[in-house]
Amino acid sequence: MSKQLNRVVIRFAGDSGDGMQLTGDRFTAEAASLGNDIATLPNFPAEIRAPQGTLPGVSSFQLHFADFDIVTPGDTPDVLVAMNPAALKANLKDLPKGTVVIVDTHDFTPRNLKKIGLATSPLTDGTLSAFTVHELDLTDLAQRAVEGFGLTRKDASRTKNMFALGLLSWMYSRPTDGTERFLAEKFAKKPDIRDANIAAFRAGYAYGETTEAFAVQTVVNPAPMPPGRYRQVSGNLATAYGLMAGASKAGLQLFLGSYPITPASDILHELSKRKDVGVMTFQAEDEIAGVAAALGASFGGALGVTTTSGPGMALKSETISLAIMTELPLVVVDVQRAGPSTGMPTKTEQADLLQALHGRHGEAPLPVLAARSSSDCFDTALEACRIAVTYRTPVIMLSDGYLANGAEPWRIPNLDAIPPIAPGFATELADGDPHFLPYRRDEETLARAWAVPGTPGLEHRIGGIEKDALTGNVSYDPDNHERMVRTRAAKVAGIVRDVPDLEVDDPSGEAKLLVLGWGSTYGPITAATRLIRKTGRKVATAHLRHLNPLPANLADVLRSHEHVVVPEMNLGQLAQVLRAQFLVDVESYSRVRGLPLSIAELEEHLTATIDRLEGAVDAKEEAR
Amino acid sequence: MTAAPIDGGLAGVPLSLTPLNRKDMVSDQEVRWCPGCGDYAILSTFQQVAADLGVKRENIVMISGIGCSSRFPYYVDAYGMHSIHGRAPAIATGLASSREDLSVWVVTGDGDALSIGGNHLIHALRRNVNINILLFNNRIYGLTKGQYSPTSELGKVTKSTPYGSLDAPFNPLSVALGAEATFVARAVDSDRAQLAEVLHAAAQHRGAAFVEIYQNCPIFNDGAFDTVKGPESAETLIPLRHGEPITFGADGHRAVVRDGFGGLRVVETATVDPSEIVIHDETLTDPSYAFALSRLTEPGVLQQAPVGILRRVQRPAYDDLLREQIATVRADDPQAALASIIAGPDTWEAGTR
Repeated sequence: MSKQLNRVVIRFAGDSGDGMQLTGDRFTAEAASLGNDIATLPNFPAEIRAPQGTLPGVSSFQLHFADFDIVTPGDTPDVLVAMNPAALKANLKDLPKGTVVIVDTHDFTPRNLKKIGLATSPLTDGTLSAFTVHELDLTDLAQRAVEGFGLTRKDASRTKNMFALGLLSWMYSRPTDGTERFLAEKFAKKPDIRDANIAAFRAGYAYGETTEAFAVQTVVNPAPMPPGRYRQVSGNLATAYGLMAGASKAGLQLFLGSYPITPASDILHELSKRKDVGVMTFQAEDEIAGVAAALGASFGGALGVTTTSGPGMALKSETISLAIMTELPLVVVDVQRAGPSTGMPTKTEQADLLQALHGRHGEAPLPVLAARSSSDCFDTALEACRIAVTYRTPVIMLSDGYLANGAEPWRIPNLDAIPPIAPGFATELADGDPHFLPYRRDEETLARAWAVPGTPGLEHRIGGIEKDALTGNVSYDPDNHERMVRTRAAKVAGIVRDVPDLEVDDPSGEAKLLVLGWGSTYGPITAATRLIRKTGRKVATAHLRHLNPLPANLADVLRSHEHVVVPEMNLGQLAQVLRAQFLVDVESYSRVRGLPLSIAELEEHLTATIDRLEGAVDAKEEAR
Repeated sequence: MTAAPIDGGLAGVPLSLTPLNRKDMVSDQEVRWCPGCGDYAILSTFQQVAADLGVKRENIVMISGIGCSSRFPYYVDAYGMHSIHGRAPAIATGLASSREDLSVWVVTGDGDALSIGGNHLIHALRRNVNINILLFNNRIYGLTKGQYSPTSELGKVTKSTPYGSLDAPFNPLSVALGAEATFVARAVDSDRAQLAEVLHAAAQHRGAAFVEIYQNCPIFNDGAFDTVKGPESAETLIPLRHGEPITFGADGHRAVVRDGFGGLRVVETATVDPSEIVIHDETLTDPSYAFALSRLTEPGVLQQAPVGILRRVQRPAYDDLLREQIATVRADDPQAALASIIAGPDTWEAGTR
């Protein structure tokens, strides 16, 4: 028997050592290969192995898959797979009535329950009465499935995640060959572990097939997508690919100087693997050395890149200012996390916007871009490279923990179709110049002449001291400083010529409310406004990629709507910028919970706002 | 990890087709150090050495941090970057790694290299990046007008330590040796011949070459090195010559012999059997001997100082290994490989289902 659904949200939850991220990844891959649209939300503790069975040790992975175009991993799950009592307790508050709860009963002992502050078992005390509960001893089932592979009891019990994956794969009619192939490769060097995991996976699948409790198999059909070849991609991976594509299009050596930091490290990991395409990576002694080495490489004619998160951004700011002064290309990727200080390293936030825009000494403007989705990280990183090289400037690209670790389908780009980036190195003296003038500028872009060491006749010195506007020599001349400060600002402001006008999505063309976002709030804003439009209400949306310079038509867009709401995962940083720059009374909608914005909550707020705006108009008309 | 098939520090740097002279290395910028500053002598010697290296001028790059010494790049007519405080070794690491055809020189001071930039210094040495680090040690902060530095003697009275400094100084050579440096040397600003010899050797060394240069600051720490200059120097400088017994002083009346626990000490030559005098060996893999040499300089007011090359050993340079690793794994067609990586192993076609 089977039933068809348009969309399902599954949350896998267990101990941080239970392999929940791997299980979620595999289910995602299965869903993606079936052609569903997907969106994922890994959520894990910063501790590598928090004490077993405790609430802080719970790690989860939420996956939303559908037969239509989706933009978020969903607020609440339809199905929760809880591998232990802590995982059940930690996720209970998120479960709407009717949620399917699949729970491994193995660890529901009085001792384990006491560890998480429960006097009675939620399996028997009525806690789960509103849900459809499937109680299984997954641990025991998995152990029995792998008997005969010579595993220790502990290792045998660790295959329970694959048993659960097998069961879910059956329940949702997922293809299994990809996971089997994956396991065969992952454990190629440990044949007994490999065979046991495949056996547990198959046993889980067979268990679903033969057990009456799971009589109904659910089908979620492929989602219609623009034709093309697709893969799934996480934000960090897409960022790494975008950087490689950017350097490749510019014909420059990609040099990454970086220091490991959550949640940005996967970019370092991926690029370190990519020595096979010639990428040079340098794990530095600290954040400062990471960006300094990248700038040194740029000085030598490479494309220097550094990747980090908020605390690392703070450390890099002096070197970024040096890159502004020396006017060299540099791409700085900030994968934002909840701050300040160490904050919540594995949780997401958008609170580095003002740091990116203004967090430097002196007048130090630079271009800032933000990705809106995991796959958009590719385009954003590529664009960051293009601007950095074209304008000889450091560029900050903002991503965040949600985009970094979340995955979605991505239409594989055709690299040949991407236009080249011209570094335009200076190779000889300009006509009539007795010496090389490193600060002679392109009239349109104001980019300075970039000559790299090894170029005969163009020997010159640059540095952090104010430069003469032409020769680049040290200058303390007051007028020269004023001119240089304004020129650097004008150069960055002029990048607006390459910034596309902001597009407003308003099917009605009559919306009074504009919802303006940036970065990863794109998903929740899109999902919430879709729901609002289904109720017949009118709402316009627009999303910024370029935070500096802002699109040229932004002032018009803001003023052509009666009310503007700016949802952000901070305390209103973009709202502050817009108010300051455009004198527009935008409303800030802010949440800082370390999680993506709740769609339901945002929908409720926006609906009330629209109704108030429409009501206000109705009342005015009645008064007439 | 195999050693790169590379010899000296200048391997890979293109040779100049025409001989250069010192003037070719002099930039058009007016030198703005205080009259009497030791930096003048170092600059002049360096310009001569750079011209004599035989490599193209445009392939020489000077990277400095912040401080008096860090103005150096402006005065050398090559490529250069006057960067930010303490970070020059990190910037140079990125440059040297991505450009094997350059001779990269870091110019730094005792504050720049040992205070704010201490971390970058030790890691550049540990990695053995093919760069040359010239540390101008004047044992004082000059550019910020006279505060004590991490090489100032304990009890130093300065503007920021009116009752005397409380922190024990670094011995720069000991720091470098502790950081696994493969080339460690010391020179004195005023001894052109000896400085030039050490700079040549540093340039030829594959890997990170660390050179401490005693440099007098006539304004804020004048006379700090008087004991190792002028007439007294014969009794205080301990010249190191590879393969030769270490003796110094008038007629070599003093000598270096082994002490307990692997240390060294200075004795009157006449009081020991000649076989007890240490024969200098800069190539010892174990750094203990070079460390013991570095400790002959006491932390307080300068009384005696070995000069010359303490240690010169071969160890693969980080940047060579990095380039070699890439060359080993790099695909024949990187463009095609990149397209294939971006496409990924698990894909599906939309619009065909």
